Amino acid sequence: MVKFNRFTLDNGLRVIVHEDNTTPMAVLNILYDVGARDENPEQTGFAHLFEHLMFGGSVNIPSYDEPLQRVGGENNAFTSNDITNYYITLPSANIETAFWLESDRMLSLAFSEKSLEVQRNVVIEEFKQRYLNQPYGDVWLKLRPLVYKEHSYKWATIGKTIKHIEDARIEDVKAFFKKHYTPQNAIMVVGGDVNLEQVKQLAEKWFGPIPAGEKYHRNLPQEPEQHDERRETVTAKVPLNDVYIAFQMGARLDDDYYAVELLSDILSRGNSSRLYRSLVQDRQIFSEVHAYITSSLDKGMFVLEGKPLENVSIEQAEAALWEELEKVKTEAIPADELTKVQNKTESTMVFSEMSLLDKAMNLASFELLGDADQLNYETEKYLAVTAAQIKEVANNIFRKDNSSTLIYLAEQTELV
Amino acid sequence: MTNEPMTELNRTLAPDFKAIDNITLIRPEHKTLGNGCNIYCFNSGDQELVRIEWVFNNLRFNPAKPLLNMAVNTMLTEGTNTLTAAQIADKIDFYGAFLQVDYGYENSQVTLYSLNKHLHQTLPVIADLLTNSVFPEKELETFKRNQQQKLQVSLQKNDIVARRDFNKAIYGNTIYGLGASFDNYKSLQRDDLAAHYKLQYQPSNCSIIIAGKVDATALALITDTFDKGWTNGPITADTTQPELQAAAERFYFTEKSDALQSAIRIGTPTINRNHPDFQALQVLNTVYGGYFGSRLMTNIREDKGYTYGIGSGLGSFKQGGSFFIATEVGADVCKAAVTEIEKELNILKTDLVPAEELSLVRNYMLGSLLGSLENVFSHADKFKSIYFAGLDYDYYDRYADTVKNITSDKLIELANQYFHFDEFYKVIVGKY
Repeated sequence: MVKFNRFTLDNGLRVIVHEDNTTPMAVLNILYDVGARDENPEQTGFAHLFEHLMFGGSVNIPSYDEPLQRVGGENNAFTSNDITNYYITLPSANIETAFWLESDRMLSLAFSEKSLEVQRNVVIEEFKQRYLNQPYGDVWLKLRPLVYKEHSYKWATIGKTIKHIEDARIEDVKAFFKKHYTPQNAIMVVGGDVNLEQVKQLAEKWFGPIPAGEKYHRNLPQEPEQHDERRETVTAKVPLNDVYIAFQMGARLDDDYYAVELLSDILSRGNSSRLYRSLVQDRQIFSEVHAYITSSLDKGMFVLEGKPLENVSIEQAEAALWEELEKVKTEAIPADELTKVQNKTESTMVFSEMSLLDKAMNLASFELLGDADQLNYETEKYLAVTAAQIKEVANNIFRKDNSSTLIYLAEQTELV
Repeated sequence: MTNEPMTELNRTLAPDFKAIDNITLIRPEHKTLGNGCNIYCFNSGDQELVRIEWVFNNLRFNPAKPLLNMAVNTMLTEGTNTLTAAQIADKIDFYGAFLQVDYGYENSQVTLYSLNKHLHQTLPVIADLLTNSVFPEKELETFKRNQQQKLQVSLQKNDIVARRDFNKAIYGNTIYGLGASFDNYKSLQRDDLAAHYKLQYQPSNCSIIIAGKVDATALALITDTFDKGWTNGPITADTTQPELQAAAERFYFTEKSDALQSAIRIGTPTINRNHPDFQALQVLNTVYGGYFGSRLMTNIREDKGYTYGIGSGLGSFKQGGSFFIATEVGADVCKAAVTEIEKELNILKTDLVPAEELSLVRNYMLGSLLGSLENVFSHADKFKSIYFAGLDYDYYDRYADTVKNITSDKLIELANQYFHFDEFYKVIVGKY
């Protein structure tokens, strides 16, 4: 149970306060309701590039990191296809420094040309390090456009191409800030060794004067239902063949989301899961195999991935995956197996309460979904799922004409 | 002269802040069982859960059979004489618990995360792993094959290859310098694993570290399970490690003609945690490459944009330590990056760290220490760092004291004593 209070400032900034006096630390987490899905198709990678620029100085404070480190704080941020999230942890006695820093960059950035130039280079190096210079690193650059034809999930957060990063101009940066980085587009969670009155006073003082800005109304093209089997094969400098099968699934707020997540757990969570036991241990088809979902705010992906053993053909590997999917579509899921994945989910929720930052991020995410308090009802939603519901979602999702298969073929090279 | 209105907020001025002066660490309750196993218990927290770690010293490295510590540890979950791998996984997962096996250079461990209410069901599984593991032939073959597949992928990653080459160069033919080969995996034998297991996984070579809501009932349950019926074998484990042996050659370049980035790893053997200068060297390392605002990050990422990330670090082992710099940079700027790495190192030897920067680093390091104590698990982690190095809690007092009081003069002295770039080992994988 994560207790909290919440209030909204006149400019629309939503604030959640979670008091946890077992720690001497405080956390300030700000979620901006903007992700790669909100980008212009000709300027992809912008939300993430922008996240980097948020550390390049704000209108009144030339350096963001230095004053924070000076008071014993640390920070980081991440960008996804849906959101951009910034967080600070610091000794609670110095919490006002976090308000000062975060409010100034919500007010306005410095928009320095030098910062843009350097961060363009840093992001290009990140693009190379994580997506191009790694075996299988470009999988999301290939898989997303296979699964999504209309929706902006068709590009990865890093962007479609390095060219889009290279072309970013300071005017684009300013426009993006004006459009998305407003109080009414943000959710702030303050947690740890703090109290509600103190947070109210500090929030009014530092964030209260920021103009509300214009409300951003999201209007993205929705992805139509898939009715064609899609496939792409690439030959690449990778050491082993690799099979990806991605399916379209529902959105995070759909009623059947919980059943779909438990379905992925049954297939792939831990060493007692079906794919591991059957395809790695018993039948010895794959050296590793995984199933996971993207939990996207719009229509998501259910992904299967496996590296077949060297004596196994791609056709055999694919067929073995489909056999497991057929089983879950046609046979009843034993009660013990369902209880197992539900118990695992329940204890995961309890363990996540050990981390202050996790609690703060979770509260922000659930507030974005509509109500932070729903975090406290998650477990019971998983526990309410029935075996019949899981079988039903398996039948809805695991259709050939809802699948996108991406095959990596290893270019034949000698071993090191 | 006019008075500023009270409502005017001066956003250019940083709010007042307080330095951190008091860091309190939770210390464990200790008891030794009849079989020689040591239990350390951290009882704190609101959630009805515990983390229990069974930590064993690794056996002395045997160059002829280099993977035994790792293989035995990794295969503990693969079957006992009463449970199959599948049954072990089922039992643990059914009760919503998490079971991990991990190995390092010096220790191997089993970790259980469990809700207190399920300890009755989960603890006997661990007891079974520690006393009755059999390393079944079929699972061993699967392990050998899958590890070789993973190795094939790893060897395509420049940063991993650079780390392997670097460790080999500065630690030599020891457990620290080992980069596993395909042949090492192929030559694993079931009998060797079983013999190694018998020697290493004895109660006298085990420390149990418990953190969470450990009430009397939970503690009694753990004590009972791992005292009665768990006995030592006839031979005591040899857990000493051979001396580190750095190579004569100091430059290693592996060319990858199609690399977009080059991995760089540069460093040297140095003192370990047990040396009186270690804490001071940690401060110097932080200034140089130990945090986001470090000199390396500021120059090579934030000013030049050569990389997504660069950092330096200190390693500490029983027989010695290491200091290293690691990064991946654009292939076309690799030489320039190495030049900047050297330049920043030499500045530490000639120019005093300005007072302003040093005070920032002091506060940052103390804040990090405080922030690393997130929950009772972190207090147990802090204990492990000193306990397995043979140190006492004074270590953290000295750490806080050094961070608060070290002078810029002392840092210059240390840089001159410990950092000689010409003698550093340099590894490049990619283009140079």
